[in-house]
Amino acid sequence: MKKNILVMSVIFISLLWISSAMAAGTIKIGGLFAVTGPASFLGEPEKKTLEMLVKDLNDKGGISGMKLEAVIYDTGGDATKAVQLATKLIKNDKVAVIVGPSTTGESMAVIPVVEKEQIPLISCAAGIKITDPVKKWVFKTPANDHIAAEKILNQMAKSKQKSIALLTVTDGFGSSGREQIKALAAKKGFKIVADEVYGPKDTDMTAQLTKIRGIRPDAIICWGTNPGPAVITKNVKQLGIKIPLYMSHGVASKKYIELAGAEAAQGVMLPAGKLAIYDVLPKADPQAKLLKDYDQAYRKHFGVEASTFGGYAYDAFLLVTNAIKTSGPSPEKIRNGLEQTHKLVSVSGVFNMSPQDHNGLDLSAFEMVKIVNGDWSMVK
Amino acid sequence: MQLDQILQFALSGLSTGAIYALIGIGFSIIYNSTGIINFAQGEFVMLGGMLTLFFIGLLQLPLWAAIPCAVLVCTLAGMLFERLAIRPLRKPTPINLVIITIGGSIFIRGLSMLLWGKDTHSLPSFSGDEPITIANATILPQHLWILGITLVIIGANKFFFYHTISGKAMRACSYNSRAAGLVGIDVRRMVLFSFVISSAMGAMAGIIVAPLTMTSYDVGIMLGLKGFCAAIIGGMSSGIATVIGGLILGILESLGAGLISSGYKDAIAFIILLLILFIRPQGLFGKAESERV
Repeated sequence: MKKNILVMSVIFISLLWISSAMAAGTIKIGGLFAVTGPASFLGEPEKKTLEMLVKDLNDKGGISGMKLEAVIYDTGGDATKAVQLATKLIKNDKVAVIVGPSTTGESMAVIPVVEKEQIPLISCAAGIKITDPVKKWVFKTPANDHIAAEKILNQMAKSKQKSIALLTVTDGFGSSGREQIKALAAKKGFKIVADEVYGPKDTDMTAQLTKIRGIRPDAIICWGTNPGPAVITKNVKQLGIKIPLYMSHGVASKKYIELAGAEAAQGVMLPAGKLAIYDVLPKADPQAKLLKDYDQAYRKHFGVEASTFGGYAYDAFLLVTNAIKTSGPSPEKIRNGLEQTHKLVSVSGVFNMSPQDHNGLDLSAFEMVKIVNGDWSMVK
Repeated sequence: MQLDQILQFALSGLSTGAIYALIGIGFSIIYNSTGIINFAQGEFVMLGGMLTLFFIGLLQLPLWAAIPCAVLVCTLAGMLFERLAIRPLRKPTPINLVIITIGGSIFIRGLSMLLWGKDTHSLPSFSGDEPITIANATILPQHLWILGITLVIIGANKFFFYHTISGKAMRACSYNSRAAGLVGIDVRRMVLFSFVISSAMGAMAGIIVAPLTMTSYDVGIMLGLKGFCAAIIGGMSSGIATVIGGLILGILESLGAGLISSGYKDAIAFIILLLILFIRPQGLFGKAESERV
């Protein structure tokens, strides 16, 4: 009996000692990513990126002696689960800041929790609702869809194209793009002459394109993620349509060119996040070196190229570490640090946060590129 | 201009319809010899495309060699599925069987996701990507392949079911499996046989459409559902009626998307499915039967 008590108290004391040691030397970052499920193409690179960066930083000695620790949970893309896990991160793991969730739906569900518990959240989802209107504790790293839409419309204005045929996918990404383009087009004096949609799993869009061909718009804007846009690109070639084709930033990866085929994708223009095109960026671009380093490190660790989505977690990590350095490691201080972020060069762009803007990216987050011979080239 | 458009809608519809038909026939073959609606049929379509990619990518086989390998492996998968999931069932009630095939399809999909990842892949076309123009409408050489292979498979099917002893035995099982057993037909072997044929056909369908539609671990769901629609329109016949069902579905979808609104494309397919099930459950061309065995 005595022995038991002794063992118990030893364990108890050592536990106390360990937890107090942790409290002194580490800062906990919570991660909520959709590592499995339908949005796993977002969550998987985000998780890997965050883990890689935390490890690298700790190997280099942490932030002025303090180590970081990432506590990452898989939400499976499920909003209910995301809320439970967010509560767990805050109450049990006592994290100072949360990175994620990966999707807009989950982020919106988690916002009330972090607002109540006063823990800063850096969402990796693109939905404009997340930071508009601004919420005190909520930030996000992906650029808003309307920035990409504005890039396309600016390019069209330059080429004196006036009438637009829209072809958007019937999911969250597509309908958000559709709304943004329609709103912007009305403001900038463009005319939407066709407004077609397609399902995310559709395999043939010649019907929609035949209709569009009959209307003869100046340009077609397609808004979707693979494989739909690749099918559309093939269909456009099959139908012999010569109308300029614009894609969204949703397909800014080599995968799109591979799926559509270099020949069919020839001449397609799209706004691309700079990570996809870092090797054709001008040398003077402030992001060029960081993007190259990220891609190479990611390839070294995981054997595949870095994706824009992983980049969102990269941004969040840089924002957090920057905030800790400038402001301090408590949730309150991190939040204030995040809001004061100024000219922070990262993957998605150069961040300039303010109390009115919790995203901090502008038009420079994207570059218009044109596909020439199966590769990107900058549009002058 | 309007006429050109309608011709293009019809051609697009025909080519997608042929795909639906080919998948639909896979459904009806199994249904006719076992009474099972095999909801895992779409997964064999997916396996066909993914396995071809696997053989081309990993084993560096040329396309013509990868295709038979993929069909073979897929057929084996179909046999395994029958042996491990369908046959051991003690009391094969329809509801059990349906749930088992749905479970099987989720299992196959999950396994392929783990094996080959979540990316979409594209197969090279069999003979180039230069569109062929027919009176201002265009189709791709791959569409001709699809139509051609569908025709060949349907012909072979017809021959098999009406002119070979095994085919006739399978038909006998479909009319009355008990009586077929009594005259010495090995009913269980015929069931296995039907899985062999339909998984091979599903695989072939998956391979010939992959250059156009791309393939990934989850393409089977939608293609399977559309094939199921085609089979229902055709009254679950394993012959020409399902083919016509598929073509009708394809053309209506494409005309609907072109002339009414592209938002309703999938709705059209499923409205037709419901209408047929309500009004003519025996299929568009079938004679009303008092009881279907």
